[in-house]
Amino acid sequence: MDFAGAYSWPNLRFLLQGFWMTLQVAGLAIVFSFILGVVLGTIRYARIPVLSTVIAFIVDTIRNLPLLLIIFFIGIVLPQTGLRLPVFWAAVVGLSIFEGAMIAEIVRSGLSSVDKGQVEAARASGLSYMQTLRHIILPLGLRRMSPPMVSQFIALIKDTSLAVIISLPELMRNVQVLSGSSFAYVIPALIFASLLYFTVNYSLSLVAKRLEARQT
Amino acid sequence: MVIWDSSVLFDHWDRYMQGFGQTVLASLLALIGSLIIGTIIAILRISPYRWLNVFGAAYVEFLRNIPLLVVVFFFFLGLPSLGIPLDGFSSGTIGLMVYTSSFIAEAIRAGIQAVPKGQTEAARSSGLSYVQSMWHVVLPQAVKVVLPAVGNQMINLVKNSAILGVVAGLDLMYYADLISSDTFLPIPVYTFVALFYLVLTVPLSMAVHYMERRFARSNA
Repeated sequence: MDFAGAYSWPNLRFLLQGFWMTLQVAGLAIVFSFILGVVLGTIRYARIPVLSTVIAFIVDTIRNLPLLLIIFFIGIVLPQTGLRLPVFWAAVVGLSIFEGAMIAEIVRSGLSSVDKGQVEAARASGLSYMQTLRHIILPLGLRRMSPPMVSQFIALIKDTSLAVIISLPELMRNVQVLSGSSFAYVIPALIFASLLYFTVNYSLSLVAKRLEARQT
Repeated sequence: MVIWDSSVLFDHWDRYMQGFGQTVLASLLALIGSLIIGTIIAILRISPYRWLNVFGAAYVEFLRNIPLLVVVFFFFLGLPSLGIPLDGFSSGTIGLMVYTSSFIAEAIRAGIQAVPKGQTEAARSSGLSYVQSMWHVVLPQAVKVVLPAVGNQMINLVKNSAILGVVAGLDLMYYADLISSDTFLPIPVYTFVALFYLVLTVPLSMAVHYMERRFARSNA
């Protein structure tokens, strides 16, 4: 195995460009999935007639599908019927929908875990249901759901690699391309990619652990 | 242009079934393997030997923080580059197995550590050996935490098995691609693929949900 040749500057730059793409897709998807997840999770928690049931059904269906299939559907299937999105946005949209559904469930169970006494006390002090939700339940619940939320973002960063199926030039796609140019590059490229993913995700997992420790 | 035609399901039923069968097979093989590896790693992590702890922790932390695709590519691209050829189905299934084992190990460890230390101490001081106290006292209580977590990993396994489609692993995603290029009807072809996955994951999700509620009640 020729590590020196494999880690030539053009090769490293190519992999780092892929990683930059990975981070951009992940960053946007984290923002969108967080917004989507908080909105859908709160609606589901609030038990609004019909709306909550419909959202529960959609969220549960998405959670039970492979993300790879969702990305493929948005990036490859829909374009064949004329609904065309650039691969970058297909990846962002696919990830945001799937991870948004996962976060919605985290939000719902986080809100449900807020002590009933807190809710009753707020209502008894004259707050309306919306005010209670906004000032009492959401802040308390969000704090409790932050560790699983960070874990979900780690999963999201890992999941960006599934965009290889739509040939988005992110890190794993570039590993694949580099591997195609020489057998000697495969293992070095995989090691380099692992280190990049590991560094970002392990740091985030330490954040999650610290958030968890602060709560007890 | 025709967009929807349900007949793709019946016209290509055999290929759907072949892919579905391989998806189920890959998930089952990976589940069995990851339960075995995961249990061993969990034992290493709680064993009294420091070096085994470190190895177990490193194994879990490394695999949990890299994408499944890296692991699968290691078997699909990496091994052949070293002169060990492996087909898509095998490399996908082995990759799934190794990746999932780290999550199973973590679930088992969390379950065992959720049992209060006083339980082990009481069992030991009543004259039970370490193994006896594990088997009769700790593990039966740990099951309540471990079982739903393992169930969740089974759901993830089925969903993650779609990665076989990336390495031509002859699964549902792979056959869907064949059917789609024959029929030019990707929308219905992949909608049925989605339904096939749901047939597997929805009952599993319901079982996990039931277990979680059942065990929550027994704790109260």
